[in-house]
Amino acid sequence: MSGHKSVKTDQYQGHDYFNVDELLSQDHLLARDAVRDWVKQEVSPIIEDYSNRSECPKHLFKGLAEIGAYGPSLPVEYGGGGMDEIAYGVIMQELERGDSGVRSMASVQGSLVMYPIFRYASEEIKKKYLPKLGSGEMIGCFGLTEPDHGSNPSGMVTKIVDDGDAYILNGAKMWITNSPVADLAVVWAKDEAGEIRGMVVESGWKGFSAPEIHGKWSLRASITGELVFEDVRVPKTHVFPDIKGLKGPLSCLSKARYGIAWGAIGAGLDCYDSALRYSLEREQFGRPIGGFQLTQKKLAEMITEITKAQLLAWRLGSLANVGKATPAQISMAKRNNVHMALEIAREARQIHGGMGITNEYPVMRHMMNLETVLTYEGTHDIHLLITGMDVTGLNAFS
Amino acid sequence: MKLLVAISQTPETTARIAFKDDGKAFDAAGVNFIMNPYDEWYALVRALELKEEVGGTVSVIHCGPAAHDVTIRKALAIGADDAYRVDIDPDSAYSVAQQIAAHAKSEGYAIIFTGKETIDYNGALVGGMIAGILDQPFISHASKMVTSGDKMIVTRDIEGGEEEIEVSTPFVLSASKGLAEQRIPNMRGIMSAKSKPLTVIEAIPSASLATYTSFSVPPPKSAVKLVDPSDMDELVRLLHEEAKAI
Ligand SMILES: Cc1cc2nc3c(=O)[nH]c(=O)nc-3n(C[C@H](O)[C@H](O)[C@H](O)COP(=O)(O)OP(=O)(O)OC[C@H]3O[C@@H](n4cnc5c(N)ncnc54)[C@H](O)[C@@H]3O)c2cc1C
Repeated sequence: MSGHKSVKTDQYQGHDYFNVDELLSQDHLLARDAVRDWVKQEVSPIIEDYSNRSECPKHLFKGLAEIGAYGPSLPVEYGGGGMDEIAYGVIMQELERGDSGVRSMASVQGSLVMYPIFRYASEEIKKKYLPKLGSGEMIGCFGLTEPDHGSNPSGMVTKIVDDGDAYILNGAKMWITNSPVADLAVVWAKDEAGEIRGMVVESGWKGFSAPEIHGKWSLRASITGELVFEDVRVPKTHVFPDIKGLKGPLSCLSKARYGIAWGAIGAGLDCYDSALRYSLEREQFGRPIGGFQLTQKKLAEMITEITKAQLLAWRLGSLANVGKATPAQISMAKRNNVHMALEIAREARQIHGGMGITNEYPVMRHMMNLETVLTYEGTHDIHLLITGMDVTGLNAFS
Repeated sequence: MKLLVAISQTPETTARIAFKDDGKAFDAAGVNFIMNPYDEWYALVRALELKEEVGGTVSVIHCGPAAHDVTIRKALAIGADDAYRVDIDPDSAYSVAQQIAAHAKSEGYAIIFTGKETIDYNGALVGGMIAGILDQPFISHASKMVTSGDKMIVTRDIEGGEEEIEVSTPFVLSASKGLAEQRIPNMRGIMSAKSKPLTVIEAIPSASLATYTSFSVPPPKSAVKLVDPSDMDELVRLLHEEAKAI
């Protein structure tokens, strides 16, 4: 264990009530254990401190690249890992077991920045940015949400205007993970025909700024900011040529939501693991609190919900591996698993009693983090509407 | 330099240990296995470092059934070039040593690395036995190794201090803490391990020189008794009458 800052040694142990590990390949198990070891070595000893100070552990950007957490399921020649979707899933699970903010650092870089560049940009732009993003030499962010358009991104007002060999970009984005430290942004804006277009914008270009958003009680180890564009000249080569409309950004969100469906299991597992251990160590009324029926009910429900989420994620991963996971299925898994993790965090917090509100234990941090995870990448309620529309055929959004 | 690392797998450190068949055998049900940490963190990594310094190859060898392949794959993911698995469910340190020595005899390895012991049976025997069979020097509990011309200077942990030994290849070395630092495999390593050769070797007939009579778990620790700091008489009484320490 490196460093002496850790409040405690990270004693985390995985839990696999239904032998789901038997459904995983050697690659998956190796990837999972490697990231678990990496988190124990690099994240656990420092995370309470960074989170407490509301500071992003920026040195981890490089470490995440070295372990291979950026775009693990993208092809190797484009800076990815050449792995399958389940490997991507278990990597996200282990990162979020450490901290949702650290998982967000990786999700944004891999699924929201590298993925759209890989999928939509010209060969020249891919060659220019993807290897550097994969190696962590460049950090990216993803600008979709605006101050007045969150759940309704199609109402966005950020726009581009044709100016010969470039477009002129104007507008503002809000709640953008990594933006204050990013070297580039994948930005979604409307063209003169009112169509949503995607583009790669470098942070060094004139008219680009990214002020930090302060005062977050959640995802405190992840840096969040705005993106402000004042007459930024974006060369036409940097605009994705063939994708128009909301399906561009939504395809990226599907990729990231898929990772969150797995990641949330990690946060839930960490809370359960801590609560289980605490319930066996902490004695009241002359016996371990784990011996009381009310505590057992909490623990029993937690491991049941975790098991269901694990099976859901595994099945979703198997579908994704053959290109058959639908956006609606991904939406359901994201909503269910994040909600499951948040409920577990709240119950685990209670099992820890007063200690549960301190940074001696990871649960309160996970609980606060998960409030963001419940909201970003589509709020819990918006995902209910997606399932609702899928099963009824009726649109309840507007 | 041609290097061989013997790797073994052991129950995870947090595994619940139980025995079956009237205490004659370990009950592996529900137990997760890991690569023995002394093999993984120190022996394998020092071999890889040496290859990086002077060139050569690092092979790993494991005695066990196909179900153990994931442990071998991990060694390849960390950086070994190729692997051998002797298809045998070994029943003693001697049977493992015989198999590894039989493979190494014809391969001409400069150094054979093992961990100082496995963290389950704590035998610390395999390395010495391999050296014995191959008639090579054996250096146990190595915590440091540096190259010096065509020789190696190896530091050994000994009671209350260290011992420095100069040795020429070939030799067998068992690694203890400090010889190297853990390397976590990355995703690239895990993927490239898939295309590295893993050769399955048929086991040679080997005789077991030991049979196990029984295993048992240590009795549970009794609760700690707290004594009021001002009550020296009570402390002395407990140490004398209950702990029988004075
Ligand atoms: C820490 C953090 C990081 C983020 N990172 C990024 C990022 O990197 N890039 C990015 O583009 N965005 C990012 N976001 C933005 C995130 O995606 C939005 O916050 C989210 O989409 C919700 O938008 P909003 O906050 O504007 O809430 P609103 O859309 O205003 O929603 C408020 C409430 O109204 C409900 N609601 C809205 N519409 C309906 C409806 N039709 N029916 C029923 N209920 C409705 C919502 O469910 C919610 O409960 C981040 C957010 C946070 C907090």
